[in-house]
Amino acid sequence: MKMIMAIFKPFKLDDVRDALTALGIQGLTVSEVKGFGRQKGQTEIYRGAEYAVSFLPKVKIEVVIDDSLVERAVETIRKAAGTGKIGDGKIFVTSIEQAIRIRTGESGTEAL
Amino acid sequence: MKLKFTPLLAGLGAAGMLLLPALAMAADEKPKLDTGDTAWMLTSTALVLMMTIPGLALFYGGMVRKKNVLATVMQSFAITCLITVLWLIVGYSLAFTSGSTIIGGLSRVFMRGLTLDGVHELAKTIPETVFMCFQLTFAIITPALIAGAFAERMKFSAMMWFMALWSLIVYAPIAHWVWGGGFLGDWGVLDFAGGTVVHINAGVAGLVCALVIGKRKGFGTDNLAPFNLVYAVIGASLLWVGWFGFNAGSAVGASGNAGMAMAVTQFATAAAALAWMFAEWVTRGKPSVLGIISGAVAGLVAITPASGFVNPMGALVIGIVAGLVCFWGATALKKAMGYDDSLDAFGVHGIGGFVGAILTGVFAVEAIGGDGKKGLIDGNAGQVLTQLWGSLVCIAWCAIATFIILKVVDALIGLRVTNEEEIEGLDINLHGETVH
Repeated sequence: MKMIMAIFKPFKLDDVRDALTALGIQGLTVSEVKGFGRQKGQTEIYRGAEYAVSFLPKVKIEVVIDDSLVERAVETIRKAAGTGKIGDGKIFVTSIEQAIRIRTGESGTEAL
Repeated sequence: MKLKFTPLLAGLGAAGMLLLPALAMAADEKPKLDTGDTAWMLTSTALVLMMTIPGLALFYGGMVRKKNVLATVMQSFAITCLITVLWLIVGYSLAFTSGSTIIGGLSRVFMRGLTLDGVHELAKTIPETVFMCFQLTFAIITPALIAGAFAERMKFSAMMWFMALWSLIVYAPIAHWVWGGGFLGDWGVLDFAGGTVVHINAGVAGLVCALVIGKRKGFGTDNLAPFNLVYAVIGASLLWVGWFGFNAGSAVGASGNAGMAMAVTQFATAAAALAWMFAEWVTRGKPSVLGIISGAVAGLVAITPASGFVNPMGALVIGIVAGLVCFWGATALKKAMGYDDSLDAFGVHGIGGFVGAILTGVFAVEAIGGDGKKGLIDGNAGQVLTQLWGSLVCIAWCAIATFIILKVVDALIGLRVTNEEEIEGLDINLHGETVH
């Protein structure tokens, strides 16, 4: 099992969710996060007072899937979340040792 | 009379409409009172009170950081209550009873002699109770405006002492000088609804406060961005609507003058809002929400002294000039001088008030203001100088007295919260509460 953690622009969340659902993925976790990458920040101006906003809002999804799906899932997220502009975000893939469904006690890929 | 003014009142809410029949009956027994005038002045009084709570409270509350929202709203609310009680005790008497040309007398101390059917000589068609309450709402908003200059760092106790003393030592005499039978009125200074008494006065006091109290921690380095500009938009909008009571109410009657004051107020405000917005768009690249509402308030401020004396074209020019000059005042001037007038009490009210006072001397026409009240464009260039002198006298007294009051309060109890309290926020430290 692998966990895909993807951080991307908030307005792309529905597209990513729809694309992953079409791939047969049955659940994911979403968080609203802030951060910076190459996009750096933005400048806000209030009556002439300029403030650099160095952390921009993004969404982070975490989804755990079977090893066989990883490549397609990553490609799907990349296509759905991408705009081609700086600030599109990142995808990270890590290994997962175990997964357990709390209700039934099923474990491994059965629990996903 | 009643029918004639119904359209004017129609847009001003159910409260005003409900009061109308009740007053009509009361006034039937006292024929010298005018029911239309009285109804409009009751409505105006409610509108001007609404400017401070919740109008100004939200306007200012939306512009501070989240940790200081409640403390800022609390200032407007507490000032409303404090000034009301002081007005009852002695404020009204000092401002509006006949005494010398410097200060009023003591004949209305504790509202002594206020009767159901009595009238004030400045408003002979409405009960004195209504005139007194109408003037009270002006006495409330003026100190409340100052609070924008020292937002996010003043002790609540010091704020209460300062406002009480300021109301009696600065507001009451200046209101008396201009409106209550004092020497500035005798000089012929034109201030229809309070450009000098309210706005120059509050703006200059704000500047002195900002200089004496000093900058907020992190001014110029930290992000001091507003908590919620939607509050500020709601507040500015309530100010705009309430300002019809402020300006059209200053006609002290439901008259053609009130109608014209309403019209010029609307024109100047819209023009100033657009002027600020376009100035910002050109110089900063984006037309901001805070910019357009700031411009609207600048226009409201500048048209205030002029609202009974100018025609719509005069209002248009006053609005445009006010929008541009106040944009400069709240951005470039503040930056160049380096003071932390946090919410631009001086940049908008002081400068806008001064622009309005001078331009009243330019654009006043006898056709609107009546007997001899005319400015430069109507062949009376001297009025500009009269306006200038009137403003300078108020600026001088306000600045000196405000400085002394601040120093006295500072020596007795201290003006500023501790560093730790300021960094943690005033809400939790001064009031023991926070917003969600």
